[in-house]
Amino acid sequence: MEFALSEEQEILSDSVKKMLSENIDIDLLRNHSKGDEGIRENIREIVVEMGLPGILISEEYGGSGLGILEASLIAEEFGRYAVPTPWIGNSVMAPTALAFKKGNNLAEKWLPLIASGEITACVALTEAVGKRSNTGLELNNSKVSGTSIFAIDGELNPRIIITAVDQELILIDTENTGVTICEIPTIDSTRPVVEIIFDSVDIEIIPGGEKAIQKTINVGRVLLAADILGASSNMIEKAVEYSLERKQFNRVIGSFQAVKHMCAEMAADLEPCRSLLWYAAYAQDNIDEEADLLSCHAKAHLSEIGQDVARVSTQVFGGMGFTDLLGMHYWFKRIGLSRQILGGPEKVRQEAAKIQGFLS
Amino acid sequence: MDLNAGPEYVSFRKEVTNFLSENIHMAGKARTPVRPSKQELEWQKKLIDKGYAARTIPQEYGGFGADSDVLKSRIIAEEFSQSSIPLGMANQGISMLVPTLLELGTDEQKKSWISKTISGEVIWCQGYSEPGSGSDLASLQTKAVDDGDDFVVNGQKIWTSGAQMSDMMFCLVRTEPDAPKHKGISYLLIDMKTPGIEVRPLMTMTGHAEFNEVFFTDVRVPKSQIVGKRGEGWYVANATLTHERGMLGDPNQSATRLKEIIDLMQEETFNGEKLIDNPVYLDRLMKLQARVLSMSFNSLRLLTASHKKSDAKMAKLIVKLNGCQLNHDLAGFAIDLLGELGTIYGKSNHDHGSGKWQWKFMFDLGLIIGGGTAQIQKNIISESGLGMPREPKPILEGKK
Repeated sequence: MEFALSEEQEILSDSVKKMLSENIDIDLLRNHSKGDEGIRENIREIVVEMGLPGILISEEYGGSGLGILEASLIAEEFGRYAVPTPWIGNSVMAPTALAFKKGNNLAEKWLPLIASGEITACVALTEAVGKRSNTGLELNNSKVSGTSIFAIDGELNPRIIITAVDQELILIDTENTGVTICEIPTIDSTRPVVEIIFDSVDIEIIPGGEKAIQKTINVGRVLLAADILGASSNMIEKAVEYSLERKQFNRVIGSFQAVKHMCAEMAADLEPCRSLLWYAAYAQDNIDEEADLLSCHAKAHLSEIGQDVARVSTQVFGGMGFTDLLGMHYWFKRIGLSRQILGGPEKVRQEAAKIQGFLS
Repeated sequence: MDLNAGPEYVSFRKEVTNFLSENIHMAGKARTPVRPSKQELEWQKKLIDKGYAARTIPQEYGGFGADSDVLKSRIIAEEFSQSSIPLGMANQGISMLVPTLLELGTDEQKKSWISKTISGEVIWCQGYSEPGSGSDLASLQTKAVDDGDDFVVNGQKIWTSGAQMSDMMFCLVRTEPDAPKHKGISYLLIDMKTPGIEVRPLMTMTGHAEFNEVFFTDVRVPKSQIVGKRGEGWYVANATLTHERGMLGDPNQSATRLKEIIDLMQEETFNGEKLIDNPVYLDRLMKLQARVLSMSFNSLRLLTASHKKSDAKMAKLIVKLNGCQLNHDLAGFAIDLLGELGTIYGKSNHDHGSGKWQWKFMFDLGLIIGGGTAQIQKNIISESGLGMPREPKPILEGKK
């Protein structure tokens, strides 16, 4: 037994971090939030060049055949740099859905295109977790109609959309007529989410039924938790850095115990989350009977701790934390979005209770 | 990352569970500081013979002498915790003194003390804190003066758990009054029966005296009873403080407590409804379960790190702070589950076992404070873990 990252995993994580540190800074996030769409294309190209979209996809389809833990390490770095590019839906949830039953036609057709970066895949499972009024999909004569909101990775003209209706995963080729995609303006400008309106669109069923839906949601939740972990780590790191530069009363503010203890509390809360996340990610591929429960706990717990870290680290910056000048709010807001999508903490904890047979 | 247990470990787990099911009736229950009963001494011996206690302590010192094996230690801890049985005796002699002697003791000291300590024959107490030296432990004033073959000790210790039933004390004393505060301390092993030692129980908020004050008046301690060199006691003690912080905030204890709480929720009703069916309580339970799991996975990380002899850094620094707070919160939740019945602390027809939870709730607050206060833990985390500076010394106006 070994509960630690392997050398290969460390190298993967370091190389992604290096790539991101060379290509992404606060000005880029700012320009992206002002609507410079060229940025999305550029970042996407770099991510494809590194082979990241194929991380989970098996080698026969041109991917690298790694697991959810590796994907989570990448998500952590994407969270750390607040990367504006498709990841969780396109590179993790969609491949998980398509590969749930080995060797099906849809997997053979689409996985190589996702791995090579020729297409992006959008995932619309919000309603499978819980429906709001005026949303939801219906199937009539093998055609889908209705609205799905907060779909993930729909910003770069996705070629396929994966969603669920009547306890089946379905795939929609957006070259068919009747699909309208528009971005939903949320607090988080670094990671667009979209609304999709289907008007009697042809579908294909991805084999696997409810179990495939659950597994796809599970990995999405683990990956969102990983994104929160990275974003929170960055906020603590930046807060500590700032506290060692900023002086008041002729001292760096990081020498005041009031400030030190805020930072220590954040670190003490966040560090066990890393262990929880590693275990949850590992369980998705290796411990079937714990996969559902651990994805719930990882999502809910990181959402809670992430929110605390986002608040307290902003406070460490004092007034500057509240301004746009340092841009810490990009992470504050990214954590805020991750907390709510695919189930907020209360919803996910309720599922965790049900999984253990506590709620009928 | 590989949590798969090989066949060797599957059969090892079976061995442990078999042992527990066959011998559970012999297990000692008490972990509080009372002198171990004959039954507990026998149980301890059985555990050492099987390698479930004193597992990695060399055989020549009375241990089981196994190589360090992260997964086996984990399996033992898990199975004992599942059965709600203490993993052998837990006292400061075993958890703090023995590791210190193994690291820094002389051959003579190892032979004299380790075997008797792990068997429970010799019980130790810790003499560190003083009334004027709590968080600033290195300012301690109990002095030991060189006099022929002995040191002569005078002063006072506080927060000495189990002093009234201990045979020996490992104790910090000032031997070099002129040296800087960290360099004037020595680490002595003191026989509690030596004339001049007086133990006074210290009543706490729990209504019990879990701690004592110990007074020293001209207590003679042979010079051979020093661990490490004269003036190096601070560094000797720091080796054991690390062990203490590992012991306080033990995640297996939290896991056991969570299991007891789930049992409680399944048994207790309120307005005819089982507590486990109440969604508000369940939400709280799930929050606590996530924390318990996080700390338990964190301990897997620490086990792996210690096995690889690498520094677990932050994952290690946060254990005492988080673990003690978590145990306190678990006890607090159990009390809330019982509502008004949760306040019963004594004999009553309406008692649903709240006394145990109330005691834990209060005693754990003591543990949040003891063994390095939460405030001091946060200083350590921010300084050693995050690289933040020490608070500068204030300039005292009006003094020299």
